[in-house]
Amino acid sequence: MSNAVAVRDRYLETLLNQATLAAQNSSLALDTLRAAARAVVQERTFPSSRDENWRFTNLSSLLATDFQTPTGLDESVLAQAKERLHDISLDNTGKKVVFVNGTFVDGLSHLGDGVNVLSQLAVPECLAQVHGSNEVFTALNTAGFADAAVVHISKNTVLEHPVQIVYLTVGDALLVQPRCLVIAEASSALTLLEEFHGTGSSFTNSVTEVWVHDNSEVHHLRLQQESAETVHIGKTAVSQARDSRYRATALNLGASISRHNLEVYQAGPQTETPLNGLTAIGDQQLADTHSLIALNHPYGSADQLQKNIMDDRAHGVFNGQVYVPKPAQLTNASQLNRNLLLSPKARIDTKPELDIVADNVKCAHGATVSQLAPDELFYLQSRGINRDQAQRLLVYAFAMEIIEPITVAPLRERMTQYIQQWTV
Amino acid sequence: MINPDAKTILSVKDLRASVDGIEILTGLNLEVKAGEVHAIMGLNGSGKSTFSKVLAGHPDYEVTGGSIEFNGKDLSELEPHERATAGIFLAFQYPLEIPGVSNREFLRVAYNAHRKARGEDEVDVFDFDDLIEEKTDIVKMDVSFLDRSVNEGFSGGEKKRNEILQMALLEPTLAILDETDSGLDIDALKTVAEGVNKLATPNSANLVITHYQRLLNYIVPDYVHVMCSGQIIKTGSRELALALEAKGYEWLLEEQAVTS
Repeated sequence: MSNAVAVRDRYLETLLNQATLAAQNSSLALDTLRAAARAVVQERTFPSSRDENWRFTNLSSLLATDFQTPTGLDESVLAQAKERLHDISLDNTGKKVVFVNGTFVDGLSHLGDGVNVLSQLAVPECLAQVHGSNEVFTALNTAGFADAAVVHISKNTVLEHPVQIVYLTVGDALLVQPRCLVIAEASSALTLLEEFHGTGSSFTNSVTEVWVHDNSEVHHLRLQQESAETVHIGKTAVSQARDSRYRATALNLGASISRHNLEVYQAGPQTETPLNGLTAIGDQQLADTHSLIALNHPYGSADQLQKNIMDDRAHGVFNGQVYVPKPAQLTNASQLNRNLLLSPKARIDTKPELDIVADNVKCAHGATVSQLAPDELFYLQSRGINRDQAQRLLVYAFAMEIIEPITVAPLRERMTQYIQQWTV
Repeated sequence: MINPDAKTILSVKDLRASVDGIEILTGLNLEVKAGEVHAIMGLNGSGKSTFSKVLAGHPDYEVTGGSIEFNGKDLSELEPHERATAGIFLAFQYPLEIPGVSNREFLRVAYNAHRKARGEDEVDVFDFDDLIEEKTDIVKMDVSFLDRSVNEGFSGGEKKRNEILQMALLEPTLAILDETDSGLDIDALKTVAEGVNKLATPNSANLVITHYQRLLNYIVPDYVHVMCSGQIIKTGSRELALALEAKGYEWLLEEQAVTS
């Protein structure tokens, strides 16, 4: 074993020890699940850029920090959390689950109507059962998440207001492991808004599992707006039963290094999966979106649009896998990745990966990389708009294709404002 | 309308300009006074469009000699947006489509940039809506075009109307209409020309760049200039345009060859 591998293995072990500590502090009855997850982590190594899956996303900067399991929440932490919550309020009577440093905060939350936390429920059998649970960071989360949001919508129920789940991190060198389980029973519908915010320099390792049962619809909005020093690794794993619809918009704005693994597994025919994503990063940020749409039944449709804006020395990564094996006949899949580079030092690595075996399908994919068009800039300038403002208008236009269709108005307005004020 | 006492708006002296190191304008002279309509005609490649882009400050064109004065001020140091707020407006031959930016928003930002440059307060969305909807009448544009992306999916005629709408809104001192007639059917041409004529004031001037005299039936010029190889080789009245229409450019080029 080389020295570098040994260092990474030891590091993974210290992370696992911290996760285990968090598990011991937690009241959740998950011994079997946790033990299995620990065993998985122990078999794995901490990823390096030699792993194909992590080729462009170098996590070695993590190794310099010994992240600790958060201890109790003091008043100042809660005060900061409250302030942030005020800014992101949806201003409605919908349900809200708030975690601060991985700990559920009842006083800031509004439970009910199928929206709860795991510590107050019997453990659902489907917890940690979506495909891909053996991935190292997912297993690390299972081994040590402190509590979990559980959104369980019963059959034939339609939630009128979005459910907002907020994960706030306040502090430095913390290992925070948010967890969420969503179960939409047959013919139900809900809108879920997950938001990641924080201050300080911590490591967020989140996992969200979504079970979309027959004929149900989950509209999932995910905003990652962590502090500039945070490392964020997030997993969204979705199982989609027949005739269901899973629609997602993922917004990646914050963190120094972020990685979103979005995995959708088709579990029945005739599913619909429209996926939108927007990454807007600057400075030396890195944002990596790895998506996987695994079809295995006929008549499925997947429609993915990922847009990335990179300024300064920022580095975007997109890897979009779509599997269309033999049983997935009459699939209709399209994937488009559009990238806007605002500076000569900005970088994008994009890799569409379509694996198509079925022969009677419609599949399309494409990736574009562009800079702001000089002629468009000149046109705007010739109307009296200065260069800076003209650039903003064009960046705004690029981003609005993702932001405009967001149906949760307060989020849409917040994002519109964010992009308008985003410096280019 | 020619008024010898009117003040000079544009004074171009021995202007030379290059693109990618190739000289396109080779010593151009032109003087435009308030209230006047000037037409610049010429064959393809004579430098007409280059001249319009140089006036507007397009970064691809490098001025290598001569001078441009606008309202007595040297233009060379001004950025394109500063030229615009100073009162120069270029109606594009091929207006750009800008997907994702609503026409209304674009017009409002441009209008407010002009107000800001004059030291005036920006107008809010509501006041602007009233103003712009009034202006759409001038070019007979349906207000629904305001809520579409800038020029996206517009027909040729709609794009040109949108250019004149911008002109109506920004009220320039010097409007340069670059091949505004290209791609227009006769009805659209009339509408656009009527719009331009309605906007004419004794304090502003129009510079109409065109291949064909057709447009000049509707926007009647006080002067007609003929460009060739990056210079104005002949200046005349409206009759010159009619002669060019009847006889083509050949005779003029030959006459030019004889005199030089």
